[in-house]
Amino acid sequence: MAPAVVAIIFVQIVPMIAAVAMSFLKLNQFTIGNWTHAPFAGLDNYAVVLGSWNVISQALLRSFFVTVGYTIVVVVASCLLGMLAAVFLADKMRGRRVLGSIFMLAFALPAFCAAILWTFMFQPDGAVNVILGKDLGLIPPDTFWFAGEKAFWAMCVNTLWRTWPFAFLMILPAVQGIPTELVEAARVDGASRWREFRSITLPGVGRIVLLVALIISFWTFNDFTTPFIMFSTAAPEWADVLSLVIYRISFVNLNFGLGSALSLLMVLFLIGFSILYIRLLRVDIGGLEA
Amino acid sequence: MKASRSFRVIRAVVLTGLTIFAVVPLYTMIVASVTDSTQIQLGFQWLPSGVSLAPYVQMWQTIDLLHYLINSTLVALITTVLSVLLGLLAGYAITRHRFTGKRTVLYSVMITQTFPGILFLLPLFILYVSIDRAIGLSLIGSYLGLIITYLSFSLPFCIWLLIGYLASVPVDTEEAAMTDGCGRLEAFFRITLRMAAPGVLAVGVFTFISAWSEVLFASVLTNEATRTLPIGFQLFKNGHGVVEWNQLMAASLTISVPVVIVFLWLQRYFVRGLSAGSEK
Repeated sequence: MAPAVVAIIFVQIVPMIAAVAMSFLKLNQFTIGNWTHAPFAGLDNYAVVLGSWNVISQALLRSFFVTVGYTIVVVVASCLLGMLAAVFLADKMRGRRVLGSIFMLAFALPAFCAAILWTFMFQPDGAVNVILGKDLGLIPPDTFWFAGEKAFWAMCVNTLWRTWPFAFLMILPAVQGIPTELVEAARVDGASRWREFRSITLPGVGRIVLLVALIISFWTFNDFTTPFIMFSTAAPEWADVLSLVIYRISFVNLNFGLGSALSLLMVLFLIGFSILYIRLLRVDIGGLEA
Repeated sequence: MKASRSFRVIRAVVLTGLTIFAVVPLYTMIVASVTDSTQIQLGFQWLPSGVSLAPYVQMWQTIDLLHYLINSTLVALITTVLSVLLGLLAGYAITRHRFTGKRTVLYSVMITQTFPGILFLLPLFILYVSIDRAIGLSLIGSYLGLIITYLSFSLPFCIWLLIGYLASVPVDTEEAAMTDGCGRLEAFFRITLRMAAPGVLAVGVFTFISAWSEVLFASVLTNEATRTLPIGFQLFKNGHGVVEWNQLMAASLTISVPVVIVFLWLQRYFVRGLSAGSEK
C-alpha cells in the first residue's frame, strides 16, 4: 500500500496543490524558472475570466459554449446510436456477433489515429466531399471543413464515430439482461415494438445510459486529442475548445498562472455539473461500499 | 415469436446505416494506404488506379517511425507495469482491509479521472522546470518525466478497475488458503491474483493503449530523442509541406492492427470491470 500512496501523492495530490498555488501567481516566461519567487497575483487570474467583460473573457466564454455544445452533440448522438444498435442487436439474428465486432472497431482504434483518419477524410478532395458531395449530391462537393461552423460539425462527427460504439458496448448487456418473461408477456399481450421499447427496454437500460452519458461527457468535455490533431493549436473559433485554449495560453503565450486558474475553473464546473446530474437524475454510480 | 415485417425493415435500415458509418472510414484508410504517391494527391477514389505497397516501405524512411515505435512501446510498457503493480497493492489494501476514510479514498480516486489532463500537465511541467534548476535533473524530454506524468491518469484508472476485479475474489477462498498454511503474500499470488488474472490483463492492456496513444503530455514533454508515435506522426510531410497521406494511413494501420485485435479479444473483461468498479 505504501508505495501506491507515495505515488498517488506525487502524481496527483502534489500537482493539484501546485495547480491551486500557481493559479494565484503571476507565472510567465520571466518567472517560470524560479516559480517560488513569482509575484503573488491574488485573484488577478480569476478576475480575467470572471471579473470584467473584456476581449479575453468574451473569447473564453465563447470557447466554453463551444465545448459544451461539442459535448452535448457527441453525448446525445452517441447514446442514441448506441441504444439503437443495442436494441436491434439484442435479439438473436444471423451475423449479430460479426456486426457487434465491426461496430467496435472504431472504438478500438487509437484515438489519435481516428482523428488523423477523419482529418484526411475531411480534406477538400477527401472521402466526405467525394461521397456526400460528388456521389450523393447532399452537400456542395467543395465544402471546406476546417473553418467556421463546419469545423465544429467535423469535430463532432470525428468524436462521435469513436464514442458511440462505447455506448453500444455498455448498453448491450443491459438490454440483454432484461428478463425475457417480461418481453414475452408484452408480446403475448400484443404490445407493439415501440410500446415494448418505451415500457420495458427504456426503463431497463435507463440507469446504464445515464452513466454512459456521464462518462462520455467527461471524455468529450476534456478532449484535447481530436481538436489538436485536426486543427493543431490554431483552431477556428467554432472548434476552439477549452482544453485547446488553455494549452495555447500556457505553452504558446506562456501564461501558466492563467492556464492553471482556467483548468481549475474547468474542474469546478465539472464537479458542480456531476453533482447536479447525479442528484437530479438519481444516477446510480454504484454504492461504493467496498 | 417472429418479428413483424415493419420492425425487420427498420432494423435492417438502421443496422445498415450504422455499418456504413462504421466501415467507410476504415475502408478509406485501407485504400489510401495502398495508393501510390501520384494517385493519392488526386483525392479520394473508391478504387484507385495506382495500387502499390510502397507506402508501407516508405513510411519507415519519411519519419523515424521505428524510433518512435520503440519510444512509445517503452514508455507505455513501463507505465503499465508500474501502475498495475501499484494498483494491485492499493486495490488489495482497499478491498481486504477496513479503515476509516475508505469511501473518501475511493471517491477521490474516481473523481480525479474526470479531470482534464491539462490540470496535471501544468503543475508537473513547472515542477520539472524547478527540479531541473535545483538539482540539474532534466525530466522534460526524458522517458522518466513522461512516465511519471502518465501515472497521473493511469494509476487511478488501474486502482479503480482493479478494485472491482479483486473484490470479485471471495475473501473466504483466500482465508481458506491461509488456514491451510499459506502466508498472506502466497495466498495473494496463488489464489487472488490467479482468479483475477483476466481482469488484471485487461486493465494492463487498456493502460498500455492509453499511454501508447497519448497526445497532450507527449506534445509538451518529449523531444527528438524521446518522441512518441502520435507526435512523430505530425512529421509525415514532404519537402513542400504536403502531407504524405498514403504513408500516414499505412503507418496508422500498421500500429493500430495489433491494438485492435487485442482490444476485441479482451473487451468483455473491460465491460465487466467498468460495471464491477462502479458497484463494488
